[in-house]
Amino acid sequence: MMKIKVGLGTCGISAGGELVYNKLESVIKERNLNVELCETGCMGMCYEEALVEIEENGESFLYAKVTEDKVERIVEDHVVNRNPVEEWIIRSSEISKEDSFLKNQNRIVLRNCGVINPSVIDEYIAKKGYEAIKDAVKNKTPQEVINIIKESGLRGRGGGGFSTGMKWQFAHDAVGDKKYIICNADEGDPGAFMDRSILEGDPHSVLEGMLIAAYSIGADEAYFYVRAEYPLAIKRLKNAISQAEAKGFLGNNIFGSDFSIKINIKEGAGAFVCGEETALIASIEGKRGVPKLRPPFPAIKGLWNKPTNINNVESFANVPWIMLNGASAYNSLGTEKSKGTKVFALAGKIRRSGLAEVPMGTTINEIIYEIGGGIKEGREFKAVQMGGPSGGCIPASMGELKIDYDEINKTGAIMGSGGLIVLDETTCMVDLAKFFLTFTQNESCGKCTFCRIGTKRMLEILERITDGEGKQGDIELLEDLGGKIKAASLCGLGQTAPNPVLTTIKYFREEYEAHINDKKCPAHSCPSLLVYSILDDNCKGCGLCIKECPVGAITGDKKMPHNIDQITCIKCGKCFDICRLNAVEKI
Amino acid sequence: MSEMVIEEVKSTDRKKEILNFKIDLIKKRKMSGSLIPLLQSAQDSYGYIPEKIIYYISELVDIPAADIYGVITFYSQFRLQPLGENIIRICEGTACHVNGAKGILSVLKNQLGVGVDETSKDGKYSLQSVACIGCCSLAPVITINDETFGNLTPDSLRKVLKKFTNVEKEQV
Ligand SMILES: Cc1cc2nc3c(=O)[nH]c(=O)nc-3n(C[C@H](O)[C@H](O)[C@H](O)COP(=O)(O)O)c2cc1C
Ligand code: FES
Repeated sequence: MMKIKVGLGTCGISAGGELVYNKLESVIKERNLNVELCETGCMGMCYEEALVEIEENGESFLYAKVTEDKVERIVEDHVVNRNPVEEWIIRSSEISKEDSFLKNQNRIVLRNCGVINPSVIDEYIAKKGYEAIKDAVKNKTPQEVINIIKESGLRGRGGGGFSTGMKWQFAHDAVGDKKYIICNADEGDPGAFMDRSILEGDPHSVLEGMLIAAYSIGADEAYFYVRAEYPLAIKRLKNAISQAEAKGFLGNNIFGSDFSIKINIKEGAGAFVCGEETALIASIEGKRGVPKLRPPFPAIKGLWNKPTNINNVESFANVPWIMLNGASAYNSLGTEKSKGTKVFALAGKIRRSGLAEVPMGTTINEIIYEIGGGIKEGREFKAVQMGGPSGGCIPASMGELKIDYDEINKTGAIMGSGGLIVLDETTCMVDLAKFFLTFTQNESCGKCTFCRIGTKRMLEILERITDGEGKQGDIELLEDLGGKIKAASLCGLGQTAPNPVLTTIKYFREEYEAHINDKKCPAHSCPSLLVYSILDDNCKGCGLCIKECPVGAITGDKKMPHNIDQITCIKCGKCFDICRLNAVEKI
Repeated sequence: MSEMVIEEVKSTDRKKEILNFKIDLIKKRKMSGSLIPLLQSAQDSYGYIPEKIIYYISELVDIPAADIYGVITFYSQFRLQPLGENIIRICEGTACHVNGAKGILSVLKNQLGVGVDETSKDGKYSLQSVACIGCCSLAPVITINDETFGNLTPDSLRKVLKKFTNVEKEQV
């Protein structure tokens, strides 16, 4: 039977996927057609949403940018008359318009995302779902499972990059009558959406990975800590849990063994620092999410003081694949010290934004040009921001850098969770550093002084610089403060908060200097350092900007070029936005 | 705090049924871990967390009201004030920031006459800022109630707002 799949991740829904789905549903019903309509998760090509895939006899056709009004024709031509609408198709056996997006990818974590219906457990089972846990509890000891994960070389995908197998070993070796396992789905990095897409598109793989971890360390209770801003992920996860329960994959004596597990979901309540493992534990316990000094590590003393193992969503999603395909299939991918693949969320000034999963060791340029299709609007690639508020900016000149944990650390940035924000020449690096610091400053829990007050001081200096009031010595002061905050903060938030500032100073020092010495913003982005003026040749004297200007700084007769009085001008940019003739210039 | 307040809350407010149900459920389990879910369900019922509910919960779970207040103010999800009828969220995540969220925010502030985390005087609009709604590929993005609007420019945003406020007026 013909199958029509609509991508209904958050990205698909916000691009109108639900409307398309409803329309398809009503048209199919109206015409009484014998086709199966279903939803699926994010296919990764967020830039082409809403996506509709039509499958029949092993052939598939992917329609991009589908809107409600395209539905009638797709149904009429393709479904009824078997005549695919070529101009809207981006991928099929004959057409491959955006092939380079997928060509260089290697989908392990995303193996089922956009392929199966995440709300139907049987579709996951048909992809060998729950076979890995079954095999583990029936045929392997916990130690054997841990050995496989160790050998695979899997490192934590939540940012730190610590060996997952080692971590399980610690929790396994810890003595305790009760142990917990936690899945960190707090994904706080503003601009990253890998974990959300995995949970929305393939919740069972995360659940199964978690079960395998629980079995290996001897835990009988598990928590998902999910960001409250992810309602769809929470819904799909709850559904997955109840379906797995109904099948007997959760609960007591799973697969006839003596392994039992109970799963809970906790919704976060909006605090970035709760992504940090000790703060997350405090939050589950119902307290303010304030980090604790480690050691003791959670593996020894975690949730309710019991041995606890915390892993990230993507780390868990890798596990069933590794168990099924063997450690060597996984560690044959990647670089010497970073094995397997990594999912990146591509966004910013990139042409094709979406999710890309590539083997470790892929270069930045390959991701940006081959997968991402280069920079939007033909502008120039300036830098890429990796690792969010804890990460840093890597300049375009280092585009041949192979992405792995250690190579990225050397630049001063971090791999982080996988947010990859692409920047072009219109992005001001000082402003970007200020943006991240505003974020961390806001999210600092306030427990330790270096983080609480140090980031505040750094932010004040950055504000001064972007306001055109930077002083000699400010750059050195930022470097000094940054170094001290890194050295003396209690948790990862403070220890990494200066990174965006320090890396932008390292690679774009001249931009800071231009702000301070010449009172200029080379990217024409900081409002206080801009001068708006009118290009006489383009101005037709329509008077729109005169009306728009809130302070009456613009004067001029009708049909004559206008003039901006620089002393009155408050640089709000309204004239620039309103002018349709490009007659207002920013310098 | 006295029994009286609990009685008063119980008798005057039917919305509390859900909350009470949760409380009963949670009382059977561990105590402290239940505070956040309790606050979440109180906020679901009321739209915000009224002061009297803080005392109510305090009595029930035996945690001082001051500590509960500390938890409420720590997490950005919790509100101590009711929201407006329409909630407008602007994304200030990284992708939206580099794609011009600031300009979008200033148009919103201007047109609605409210700042971030404020509610308009007529109680119609609340403006909130969030870090990443998760549709970075559509940046810059806002949501009005449950609807998402992406790829905005100051111009297209003005149109969206105009259409929206007109629909609002017609419904009145
Ligand atoms: C400030 C801060 C925020 C963090 N946010 C997250 C997060 O959102 N998601 C996540 O998985 N890990 C986050 N981490 C890392 C966790 O503390 C922890 O290392 C991780 O969940 C371990 O899982 P892994 O070994 O599978 O990576 C954060 C750490 C810090 C210091
Ligand atoms: S940064 Fe705005 S949606 Fe992600």
